[in-house]
Amino acid sequence: MLDLDNVTVRYANRVTALEDASAAFPQGQFIVLLGPSGAGKSTMLRCLNGLVRPTSGKVRSEREGDIFASAAVLRRHRQQTGMIFQQHHLIGRLTALQNVLMGRLAFHGTFRSMLPLPRADRLVAIEALDRVGLGDRALHRADQLSGGQQQRVGIARALAQRPAAILADEPVASLDPATADKVLALLHRICREDGITAVVSLHQVELARRYGDRIYGLADGRIVFDGAGQTLCGASLDRIYGPSLKTSVQPGQSQPPLKMAKTA
Amino acid sequence: MSQSQSYATILAEERRGGLRHAALVATVVAICVAALWITGFFDGRRFAEGLPALGQLGSEMVPPDFSRWQHWLRPLLDTLAMSIAGTALAVVISLPLAILAAPNTSPNPLVYQFTRTILAFLRSIPEIILGVIFVAAVGFGALPGVLALALHSVGMVGKFYAEAIEHVDPKPLEAARAAGATRMQVITHAVLPQVFPQLADITLYRWEYHFRASAVLGIVGAGGIGFELMAALRLIAYDQVSAILLSILACVVVVDALGARLRKALK
Repeated sequence: MLDLDNVTVRYANRVTALEDASAAFPQGQFIVLLGPSGAGKSTMLRCLNGLVRPTSGKVRSEREGDIFASAAVLRRHRQQTGMIFQQHHLIGRLTALQNVLMGRLAFHGTFRSMLPLPRADRLVAIEALDRVGLGDRALHRADQLSGGQQQRVGIARALAQRPAAILADEPVASLDPATADKVLALLHRICREDGITAVVSLHQVELARRYGDRIYGLADGRIVFDGAGQTLCGASLDRIYGPSLKTSVQPGQSQPPLKMAKTA
Repeated sequence: MSQSQSYATILAEERRGGLRHAALVATVVAICVAALWITGFFDGRRFAEGLPALGQLGSEMVPPDFSRWQHWLRPLLDTLAMSIAGTALAVVISLPLAILAAPNTSPNPLVYQFTRTILAFLRSIPEIILGVIFVAAVGFGALPGVLALALHSVGMVGKFYAEAIEHVDPKPLEAARAAGATRMQVITHAVLPQVFPQLADITLYRWEYHFRASAVLGIVGAGGIGFELMAALRLIAYDQVSAILLSILACVVVVDALGARLRKALK
């Protein structure tokens, strides 16, 4: 369970990325943040694990309370919260396994982590890779994997934290539509099975409808829609994307991905 | 404005650009010629007198006299050891300084500026001067040579390391922070794995350089083959000088080849 209470984020360049946003993310739900680029989805996600500190307002987790209470609390909160990024954020010259082991760092002190991590952590990491179907690729370099595989390594890295929640920032925006669907289905299934809260930002309306238990629609840093996927109608899409897009984004029809990059 | 007029203005503009360019080239050439003149390069008499002397010297250098080769093995080994020890010391000191001197890993701007200044200062003292100082401090031998190489190199290697760290991909750093890694863990697990090949590259180049530099350092009494070279020069035994130079050349070729092999293996 995560909570945003009246969170406002203003960056140094005076841009307001998030304006008085309040949202609840109940345990075990798959929640989609939907909106165009620049709507504040990334900022909201980064508030939820403290990578961005709100200018005002509170971020709370059920276990830790105010996540900014102290450096130790923030670190514990991040340990329990996995993050998946649009561009994978892997280190290309390391193996998939080494990348996934990054998810185990917070379980060890700085000095202990200078030595190779214990066998138990390695087993957790391999298990996570196996879950995403990459057990046989564990010792391949990350940059030798396809785009879809790299994103699955990103998911495995988050899973290796044994997290209570996973935050995913446009996890499928760099993938082709077929791969995007497969990767998102995988993430959805795993979060369901393990009771992990998922907060996933997307810009494809169809994917949001299909997987979101609940959808928050964002536009210009404000929450302009809050409801179940079925209640996302033409009028609410207008509020999220602006009326100009009505013709191009029909309900039930997927918006073309903004970036078509590597295939799986 | 008619068409021919506008073409004419474009051509006039182009001509002005060409003239500026020509003026720049002429200035550079004039400065180079002036520098050669100031340093006496155009004094034909000195060359006329100097060339036969140079020829005489050259003829005394051949054939190289390798008869004392057993006495050079140990100094050559010393020089090799000096280059390796100097590199190792330089790396150990440079790495923490480089982390403080890279804007993305430095704890704060003050530390960043301060470390940069220290590195620049160390770079600015030539190693031969450091050699003289350390010979005076700890006496003749390989040790002052190692200290001189290491200290001068920290300024150089630290700067190159810091530049490599500065240009690291920030995305894995964010991933590590998001997973709850400490500042130090971000450096050890997200920064260093990315730059390891570059750091190895810089280090190996520096080792090759150290071998050549330690030969020179022997001249001020800092041990190694340079010491033998200086002795041969003092005795005006030019045939031995050329033999020693050839020995150094052979070692440099071996060291450079070894460095290239290692660099390839660490890619």
